[in-house]
Amino acid sequence: MISIISIMLPRASVSARRINEVLETEASIKDKEETKKFVEDKKGYVEFKNVSFRYPDADTEILEDIDFTAKPGETTAIIGSTGSGKSTVVNLIPRFYDVTGGELLIDGVNVKDVPQKELRKRIGFVPQKGVLFSGTIESNIKYGDASMSDEQMKKAAEIAQATDFIERKEKQFKSEIAQGGNNVSGGQKQRLSIARALAIDPEIIVFDDSFSALDFKTDSKLREELAKQTKGKTIIIVAQRISTILNADQIIVLNEGKMVGKGTHEELLKNCEEYREIAESQLSKEELEGGAN
Amino acid sequence: MPGPMGKNNGAPAQKPKNFKKTTKKLIKNYLSKYKFAIFVVIIFAIGSTIFNIVGPKILGNATTEIFNGIVGKLSGGTGIDFGKVASILFTLLGFYIVSAIFSLIQGFTMTSVAQKLTYKIRNDIAAKLNKLPMKYFDKKTNGEVLSIITNDIDTLSQNLNQSITEIITAVCTIIGIIIMMLSISVTMTIISFVILPISAIIVKIIVGKSQKYFQRQQEYLGHVNGQVEEIYGGHTIVKAFNGEEAAIENFTKANNELYKSGWKSQFLSGLMHPLMNFIGNVGYVAVSVVGGYLAIQGKITVGNIQSFIQYNKRFTQPITQVAQVSGMLQAMVAAAERVFEFLEEEEEVKDPETSIDTSTIKGNVEFKDVEFGYDEDKIIINDFNAKVKEGQKIAIVGPTGAGKTTMVKLLMRFYDVNSGAILVDGHNIKDFKRADLRKMFGMVLQDTWLFGGTVKDNIRYGRPDATDTEVIEAAKAAHVHHFIKTLPNGYNSVLNEESSNVSAGQKQLLTIARVILANPKILILDEATSSIDTRTEIQIQSAMDNLMKGRTSFIIAHRLSTIKNADLILVMDHGDIVEQGTHEELLAKQGFYADLYNSQFDVEEAG
Repeated sequence: MISIISIMLPRASVSARRINEVLETEASIKDKEETKKFVEDKKGYVEFKNVSFRYPDADTEILEDIDFTAKPGETTAIIGSTGSGKSTVVNLIPRFYDVTGGELLIDGVNVKDVPQKELRKRIGFVPQKGVLFSGTIESNIKYGDASMSDEQMKKAAEIAQATDFIERKEKQFKSEIAQGGNNVSGGQKQRLSIARALAIDPEIIVFDDSFSALDFKTDSKLREELAKQTKGKTIIIVAQRISTILNADQIIVLNEGKMVGKGTHEELLKNCEEYREIAESQLSKEELEGGAN
Repeated sequence: MPGPMGKNNGAPAQKPKNFKKTTKKLIKNYLSKYKFAIFVVIIFAIGSTIFNIVGPKILGNATTEIFNGIVGKLSGGTGIDFGKVASILFTLLGFYIVSAIFSLIQGFTMTSVAQKLTYKIRNDIAAKLNKLPMKYFDKKTNGEVLSIITNDIDTLSQNLNQSITEIITAVCTIIGIIIMMLSISVTMTIISFVILPISAIIVKIIVGKSQKYFQRQQEYLGHVNGQVEEIYGGHTIVKAFNGEEAAIENFTKANNELYKSGWKSQFLSGLMHPLMNFIGNVGYVAVSVVGGYLAIQGKITVGNIQSFIQYNKRFTQPITQVAQVSGMLQAMVAAAERVFEFLEEEEEVKDPETSIDTSTIKGNVEFKDVEFGYDEDKIIINDFNAKVKEGQKIAIVGPTGAGKTTMVKLLMRFYDVNSGAILVDGHNIKDFKRADLRKMFGMVLQDTWLFGGTVKDNIRYGRPDATDTEVIEAAKAAHVHHFIKTLPNGYNSVLNEESSNVSAGQKQLLTIARVILANPKILILDEATSSIDTRTEIQIQSAMDNLMKGRTSFIIAHRLSTIKNADLILVMDHGDIVEQGTHEELLAKQGFYADLYNSQFDVEEAG
C-alpha cells in the first residue's frame, strides 16, 4: 500500500500544481468596470491608429505602426507573405488580443472601453480554417444567435454558396455535423463558417484568408454574391490570392509586421515593390492589366 | 492495463469476434514453432508453484515444534528444540530458493518466446505493408494501421508473456492449495469453501451493477473530452460569436452526467474491497474456531491451523488472477485478430516475371480507352484517350476535389485501370515491374518528404550511387546550393525528423534537387505553393522549369496562369475528365475551362 501511495502522491501533486496553474491564470482581456456604449450614428468604422502589438514575453513587435481606416461600404484587403502579421491584424479587431501600442477604434470607440459582447456582436468573423462544432448545419449557422429566424439562416447559406450542397443532403439543414466538422469537406466547412458569420448580420465582416480552401469558381461566385448582398457593410479581407482582392477599395501590404503599402491595386503596382512582386508571381503581365480593367 | 480511471475494476474489456479461430491461428502459425520452449515453461511453472505451495505446510511444522516446546517447558520438559526448528526453516528456505529459480527459468524462457514471436509478427507486418494495394490505405486511416503495428502488437507480446505463465501458475496454485488444505482437514476445507460462492455472488452483483456505470462513465468521459477538444480547437469562434455561455452550459451538462456515473461506478467498485474483506474475515474466524476445536481434540496440530489459514488467505489470489488473465487473454486474442486480419488482406497484383528494360524509355505516354473507378460500379473516367509525346507538358486542372490526383495514381500504378491501358513508349505499364515503373517517374508533391539524415543523403535518395559533384550540380539547378552553403555543416548538415530546421520553401527546393538528381523520364508535379512566400515561390518556379526541360511532365495545376503553354490540358470535375485540349482550344470552346479561367478575373463589385 505505502509503496503504491508513494508513487501516486507525487504524481497527483504534480497534476494538482498544473491544474492550479491554469485556474490561477487571470484573464488578461477583461471588460472595464465602467464600459462605454457604442454611438449608434457611427457604424462600421474600423480605425487602426499607429497600432503595434507584441505577444507577452516576446522581444520583438509582431505589428508595428499599423495605421488605416476601414469604412462602411468599402472593402479593405490585407496582403503579404506568410508571417507578415496579416492574421494578427484581424485578430485584434474582435479583441482576441489587446494592442500594445496605439489605439484601435471600432465605430469611434476604443475597443478596450466597450463590453466584449457588444463589440463581437458587430463583427462577423470567418477564420482561416473552417471551424465547425458538432451538432447540425442549422446549429452551426445559428451559432451566433440561436433565436434567429430560418429565413435569416437560409439567406446566409445562400450568400455563402452553401445552399447547393446542403440541399443535396437528405436532412438538409438538419444534417448532422460531426465533431470538428469532419464529415464535410474543407470547402464546405469554409462556406458554412462564412454563412455563420453572415447570419448574425454584422456591421463588419472579417475574412481571415477564408477563400483559399475554395476553388476559383466558387470563390468568385461567392464574392460576387457578397458584394451584392453586403452593400453598406465594412469588409476586411486577408488574402493570399491577388485575384481575390484586385478590386478592393483599399489594399494594405504588410511585410514583417510593417505596413509597406496602402492604396488600390493600380496605385500599389506603381509604387509598392513588395506588392508588385506578389502580383507578378501570381499573374502574367496581360492578366494583370486585363484584370484591372 | 489500467483504465483511465484507476484499476480495472470491472471496466469492460475488448472482446474478440471469434476467440476460437484466432487462438487456433495463433497457436498454429506462431506458437507451434516454440513447442519445446513452451513445454519448458509449463514444467518449470508447475515446479515453481509446487515448491511454493508446500511452504506454509512446512512453516506450520515449525510452529507446531515451537508450540510443543512451549507446552513441554510449561509441563517441566526440555523446551523448544531450536535445532529442529532451524532445520525446518532451512528446508523451507531451500524450497523457496528452488521455487524462485524455477520461476526465473520459466520467466526467461517465456519472455524470449514472446519477444521472438512478436519480432516475427512485426516482420510479417512490415513485409505485408509493402504488398498492400493503395486501396487499403484509402479505406483505413493512418491511425488504424499504426494502431495495429504499435498497440496491438504491444498488447499481444505483453499479454502473451504474462497470461500464459499466470494461467499455469494460477491453476497449479488452486489445485495445489486444495490438495494441501484437504490434507490438513476436510472439515475446515469444506467450511472455507462455503465462503467462496457467497463472495462470488457478491462480486457478480457488484460487477454487474458497476459495469453499467463504468460504461456510462466511459461514454460521458468521451463526451467531456470531445467537448473540451472541440471548444478549445474552436476557441476563437466561441469568442467571436459570444458562444462562451452556451459552451459552459453544455459542458456543465456533460460534466454532471460524468460526475453521477463516475460517483456510482467508483462507489460500487470501492464497495467490493471492504465487502470481500469482511466475508474473508468471517471465514477466517470460522476456520480458526473449528481449527482450535480440532487441535484440542488432537486431530490436527497448532501448526496445521496456521498453515491452513495461510492457504485460505492465498486461495482468493489465484482466483482473481484467473479472472484478470481471462480479460488479458480476451484483449490479446482481440489484438491478434486484428493483426491476422491485417496479414490476410488482399495483396497487390504480383509483378510480372520478366521486366522491360527501362534504360531506353523516352517518355511517350499514351492513354488508350482508359476506364477507371475507385468503385467497380462507379466508373469515373470513361473511355479516356490521349497521346503524349516525350518532353511534352500536360496540365491537369479542375476545382478542389475534382480528382486531379487520380491520373497520377493511375500512372504510378497505385491503382490499376479497370479496362483499357496506359502505355509508356508502347509498353503497357502493367508489364513493368512496379519498382522499375516508379523509377521512371519523379514526383514533386505539395507535402514535401524529407527524412532525418544529412542534406546530401536526402538529395541522393533517388540515386544512392550519385557522386558529390552530381549532388552539388543538382542542388545548383534547384537553386538550393546557396542555401545549403549557409547551413552550419553545408551538405553534411543533419535534418531532423520533422525537418523543422528548414523552411517549407527550402524543403520544396530540396525535393526538387532530389528529383533532378534521380533524372527520371517522366515528371509529376503538384505545383501548389500557397504556403510559401513570394520570393521562394519565384525560385521554386524557376527550379521547376529547370527540372521540366526535356522531360514529359504531368502538372497538377492550381494557378491557371502557369499552364497556358502546356501541350495538353486535362480539365477534371467530379472525378471525370470533362474537357481536354490546349489553352486556346479550350477557351474557344467556351466550356468549363473557359469558365474556370475567366472566374479568376471576375470583377468584384464591392461597395
